[in-house]
Amino acid sequence: MLKKMLRKSVMPFLAFVLALIIGGIVIGVTDSRVNSQISHPIKFIKALLSTVGNAYLSLFQGAIYDPNLAEGKGFIHGFYPFSETLLAASPLILCGLAVAVAFKSGLFNIGAQGQFIFGAIGASYIGFKYNLPVGIHILVAIAAAIILAGLWGGIAGLLKAKTGAHEVIVTIMLNYIAARFILWILGQTAFRRPGRIDPLAPPVKESSRLPLLFGSEYRVNLGFLIAIAVSILVYFILNRTTLGFRFRAVGANATAARTAGISVGSSTIAAMVFSGALAGLGGAIHVLGNQFELTTDVAGSFGFDAITVALLGRGNPVGVVLAAILFAALRVGGVTMQANVQVPVEIVLVIQALVVLFIAAPGLVAKIFRVRSYEKSSTIVSKGWNG
Amino acid sequence: MSFDHLSTAQRKTAQRIVFLNVASALSLIFFALMQKVNDPVTYSFVLGDEWAFIKEWKLGSKTGSTNFSLAAIVLSLSALWMYVKRQSAKVLISIASAALFMSFLNWASAGDFVPFTGLLQGGLVLSVPLIFGALAGVVCERSGVINIAIEGQLLAGAFGAGVAASLTKNIWVGLAVAPIAGALISLILATFAIKYAIDQVILGFVINVLVIGLTTFATQRALTTNPTVWNSAPIFSPIPIPILSKIPLIGPIFFNHTIIIYTLYLLVAVIQVALFKSKWGLRMRSVGEMPVAAESVGIDVNKVRFRNVLIAGAIAGYGGAFFTIGSVGSFSREMTAGMGFIALAALIFGRWTPLGAVAAALVFGFADNLRSVLSISGTPIPSEFMMMVPYIATIIAVSGFVGKVRAPAADGIAYKRGGGSH
Repeated sequence: MLKKMLRKSVMPFLAFVLALIIGGIVIGVTDSRVNSQISHPIKFIKALLSTVGNAYLSLFQGAIYDPNLAEGKGFIHGFYPFSETLLAASPLILCGLAVAVAFKSGLFNIGAQGQFIFGAIGASYIGFKYNLPVGIHILVAIAAAIILAGLWGGIAGLLKAKTGAHEVIVTIMLNYIAARFILWILGQTAFRRPGRIDPLAPPVKESSRLPLLFGSEYRVNLGFLIAIAVSILVYFILNRTTLGFRFRAVGANATAARTAGISVGSSTIAAMVFSGALAGLGGAIHVLGNQFELTTDVAGSFGFDAITVALLGRGNPVGVVLAAILFAALRVGGVTMQANVQVPVEIVLVIQALVVLFIAAPGLVAKIFRVRSYEKSSTIVSKGWNG
Repeated sequence: MSFDHLSTAQRKTAQRIVFLNVASALSLIFFALMQKVNDPVTYSFVLGDEWAFIKEWKLGSKTGSTNFSLAAIVLSLSALWMYVKRQSAKVLISIASAALFMSFLNWASAGDFVPFTGLLQGGLVLSVPLIFGALAGVVCERSGVINIAIEGQLLAGAFGAGVAASLTKNIWVGLAVAPIAGALISLILATFAIKYAIDQVILGFVINVLVIGLTTFATQRALTTNPTVWNSAPIFSPIPIPILSKIPLIGPIFFNHTIIIYTLYLLVAVIQVALFKSKWGLRMRSVGEMPVAAESVGIDVNKVRFRNVLIAGAIAGYGGAFFTIGSVGSFSREMTAGMGFIALAALIFGRWTPLGAVAAALVFGFADNLRSVLSISGTPIPSEFMMMVPYIATIIAVSGFVGKVRAPAADGIAYKRGGGSH
């Protein structure tokens, strides 16, 4: 069991190392201090290593543990950055699961971004509009998010099932429509904050905010536990229920599944509704646990990062959780890195893209690191537009 | 109405004519009869120093829309008559559509000034990157490789052109670097899609993230810290073509542009002809539709694909130059702003044909310009909904509501020598 897990994580680990190395080279060669040493090879290498080392150290301090914060206050306070990482990871886990569930069903859901937006809109509206008892308010807001986002995701599933429209094209377009929609709705009186003319919804009421986990010092909240619980639930649904079996059967071979009597169309619709609901839940906990207000940019890049998360996590809930925490750490730490050593945070995007690229091409990584035996299975097979 | 006895093309025409009739009738109700005011609408037709015989045209918003709607009804009914008589109704259909559009425009700009020529010219300019992107899509996908990375190729071209022209202070170097930058991005696409047989949708997506990351990183690191060296590219100025640019309406719209747009005219013609009439085009289509058959007559499928993916990247990269040295000069982060995806939409909407993709890109570019012109003058339709038009149109197209849209048969499927796919 342990051996199997190790074997499975070898390639992702090597892919990550390779991406960090290339990212380091990019950081190094674009640094003016390093470049000024170009005529002395040894000094150049030294400057390169120290620059890159400082950048990654700063990234680590911004994402996991910062001894400066622990000083005088106790060891545990140094983990404040990690609590921020978990805060950022919570919606990302859910969006990653959304993409992963679709993968397992043979669908590529690029639309997590749009589904997240609709979840955020739903949760925000219930959150600021109504006065409900604590607990119930959260549940109602989350339910609204899930329903809206589930329906939005379902559009792509329905069109795929009924007309064969490729879900990739439809979800790309739905993302843009959702992005315009949130611009529009934030301009409407129902969503306008009194006394403000900019697109900003009123803050959600206290009763709808997710409770904090470790006291007021840390922002990480119930949303993280929700994300973990949902990933266990998704694992259970995928592997232990008829619904999950149908998803996986259709995902593995739609023709065989049809022959076996599974309705491919309804499985597709269900998978997209489920997927959309998960992304919408991500939007809900981001609004109720972190942002507390709806802005035009509420979705950030969660929906797009989710795709890289699902790919790195190979579509498995456990992998998705770990990948989401890793990418959240890069994002959170990247901001600190930019502030402390002036390395632009966008290097994180480069690392993220490279990790996924290398994961997808295990042959290349195996060749570079001279690994002979590795997991060859790809996350998703190439199917083409008409498939 | 049953169209079962008709061919697909006939059925499409019939549907279109029926749709036009219904739309014309609706436009008479909504844009004309239900309009309460009759504010003047001023159309201006002169943009620069072209010969002009009409400078301005004033119309009542209600009177104008009524006349245009009535014209649309008469024309679409005549189109129906022609169709029943089994004669070509193409010209009538286009004029009727134009009248329908004018009825809408007249309604939407009640009480305003409409720079008519500027509206069309701006629409063409906005569609330039879309057309380049869509043509890159045509070349890539007709060869059997899905190109989601158009956005990245455009962005790389914009960045490469801007930085190279800035560093060398020579705009032509920028123009030469742009296609190389786009082709480099395509090199990643081609290598991983063809050699490692990675899912091409995922691959394109990841490449976009990579290009956005790299260009933004470089922008933050060098372009914004030392803009005089890195980010002060010269700009191409428009070259009016003698005589042609003086023709009213047509002149300013088509013949007073930069070299990038003139190259585009040439490129559209070349690709349309080459795709269907040359050996290159035949090979491209064969490896995109049925690679096994292509290989059986001695074509090296993956070599053809590799080369065409690179060409596609060069086309999009060249188009990317439009963003920097073709318009504003300096590069700014993510300045392509999703245009690559609208280009993808145009490609699909145009059914993977060059002229279809160009037409769709023109419609999208024009719709975008119309939106910005109308949003300045204030219109009854929220500008956000106007912005959704290309996306909704694409969803409708791929859902088969306007006839079946089919990608090249082997598009997106990696090919392994000897007839198998991976």
